[in-house]
Amino acid sequence: MGAKERAAAAVESRGLYALLAEFESVNETLRACERVRDAGFRHWDAFTPFPVHGMNDAMGIKQTRLPLLVLGAGLTGMATGFLLQWWMNAHNYPILVSGKPFMGIPGNIPVVFELTILFSAIAAFVGMLAMNNLPMLHHPIFKSERFRQVTTDRFFIAIEASDPKFDEARTADFLREIGGLSVERVEE
Amino acid sequence: MSTKPIERPFDAEDPGYRAPLILGGNTFATVTEKVCGIVEKPKPPRAWYIAFAVSLSLTMVLFAMIAYLFFRGVGVWGLQVPVGWAFDITNFVFWVGIGHAGTLISAILFLFRQKWRTSINRFAEAMTIFAVICAGIFPAIHVGRVWFAWFLFPLPNQNLIWPNFRSPLLWDVFAVSTYMLVSTMFWFMGMIPDLATLRDRATGRIRQVIYGILALGWRGSNRQWHRYEVAYLLLAALATPLVLSVHSVVSFDFAVSQVPGWHTTIFPPYFVAGAIFSGFAMVMTLMIPSRQFFGLKEIITMRHLENMAKIILATGSMVGLAYATEFFIAWYSGNPYEMFTFLNRAMGPYAWAYWIMVSCNVLVPQLFWLKRARTSIPILMIISILVNVGMWFERYVIIVTSLSRDYLPSAWGYFKPTAVDLLTFAGSFGLFFTLFLLFVRFLPMVAMAEVKTVMRQEGPEPWQQKGPGDYRGDIPQLHDAKVIERETK
Repeated sequence: MGAKERAAAAVESRGLYALLAEFESVNETLRACERVRDAGFRHWDAFTPFPVHGMNDAMGIKQTRLPLLVLGAGLTGMATGFLLQWWMNAHNYPILVSGKPFMGIPGNIPVVFELTILFSAIAAFVGMLAMNNLPMLHHPIFKSERFRQVTTDRFFIAIEASDPKFDEARTADFLREIGGLSVERVEE
Repeated sequence: MSTKPIERPFDAEDPGYRAPLILGGNTFATVTEKVCGIVEKPKPPRAWYIAFAVSLSLTMVLFAMIAYLFFRGVGVWGLQVPVGWAFDITNFVFWVGIGHAGTLISAILFLFRQKWRTSINRFAEAMTIFAVICAGIFPAIHVGRVWFAWFLFPLPNQNLIWPNFRSPLLWDVFAVSTYMLVSTMFWFMGMIPDLATLRDRATGRIRQVIYGILALGWRGSNRQWHRYEVAYLLLAALATPLVLSVHSVVSFDFAVSQVPGWHTTIFPPYFVAGAIFSGFAMVMTLMIPSRQFFGLKEIITMRHLENMAKIILATGSMVGLAYATEFFIAWYSGNPYEMFTFLNRAMGPYAWAYWIMVSCNVLVPQLFWLKRARTSIPILMIISILVNVGMWFERYVIIVTSLSRDYLPSAWGYFKPTAVDLLTFAGSFGLFFTLFLLFVRFLPMVAMAEVKTVMRQEGPEPWQQKGPGDYRGDIPQLHDAKVIERETK
């Protein structure tokens, strides 16, 4: 496709967000995803009512960096626990209680441990939401009536118009070819 | 996509065959229908209204008692020297203990790939949060001068002195509040996909907006699921040591002190086993009527109840072993105070409480060795209630008997609860049940998205034929290309 044609196609599909195809089962969706992946699309996604194992490979999704974030947060929590206790009980206002050391490993570990867990858990939860761009209460895909079934028992693949390989007519044919039951235009 | 109705009764389980987790030929759509239907019905069953009226009244009693306590001071409780901790801390430990089952089911059983947990985890997690709320009230109100309760937080007091971090009571503040926050996040995160289901099914504008906001715009896209599952696994891995630490820290409140009967190293594991024991019993007490009234018998099956009965049996026996070990160590230590404390528990003025504890916690659950007992609804219900009675008495026995007679006979005493003690305790049940009833009415009580992953699925390839009781594919990335390749060969 030449640059001119591409520009013409872009005008035609202006205002189009994505093409949405419906699938009936997990396995059909998995097969279809492999085809979409192999066709070289990049701006696309599969939608399922529950996590489907094997889908990451079928879609070619890389492992998320979330665990690294959680590790960092956990270490921060640990450092906070140590510094907080040391600063308050041993530095800013040291008080001797029953001859216990101002700062010692055994007596100060519980709080360090709890803060490590707390920071990591918050990072896992908030990090997951942030990486998923949630909360996002409005999204073009919610305009599709059919799409409401995705949280019950239906499976969808959406290829976005922003994908460099996207061409409305051809992509629609492609989606039908890989088994999409209905192909629907989703407007911006 | 449908589940084939190839079912045998759950008790047809034999090696090499496992009963399906979801019975009755349910499909993805019917699971959604059944679980959402409860929330979407214009009116709940009549039993719900009756239960709600009773528990709301009890909650009012709780608030009235707390107001009276604040107005008059802790003297309205039966606390006297030498027993300075009685119902308040007993109730605290009792409720925190109950709050352990939820995280055990949602985190530990998740790491152990126990797929049967999916039908009950949401329910148990909700119960955990409500139990921890009830637990949190007691230490906060028992401090006497409640307007100084902020001394618990890492803030400088009026003399610019910081709290003492070397005290188990402060560890408790950190452990319980971390537990509360982490279990709430875990619970809410697990609920996001199901809230999205409710949003998508909502017909009225109000429901659409409320569930829409709660669902945070969840779309169920695989890029979202991928991070969601990793976060879920991480939270499970973090919650597992956390849940073990919380009751260990609670036990340090006692174990770190010098009181005979408290000062023992067995306390952390003993408390954790007891917590799981009582928590499972409470899950069962709530679950049996709920599955009955809301028609969830095909999702929460007899097999789920039987598994819980087995855990109750196991943890009950651990608790029994701990009781025996305490006696042995008291004798073996050669410490006269220690020996006296334990003889005093079993034969002293609180012997009645001690023997209620032993019979409810150690003897009664032994019935669960019999399959007939594990699969009989009335027996399950009765035993689960008795276990909770026994576990409350366990904490009462530990706390009150040890304080009432320690070193000096001239300083001995006998604790008698007042009406305020009893009503506050009853009121905490009111709060617990009120929150629980609101939960079953307005939020999805079964983790639908998770249940769907353990349902039978069909496909052309051998690895896609997930038969009943096929436990593969529980963790993200388990079913990677290599595994698939190996299995298809």
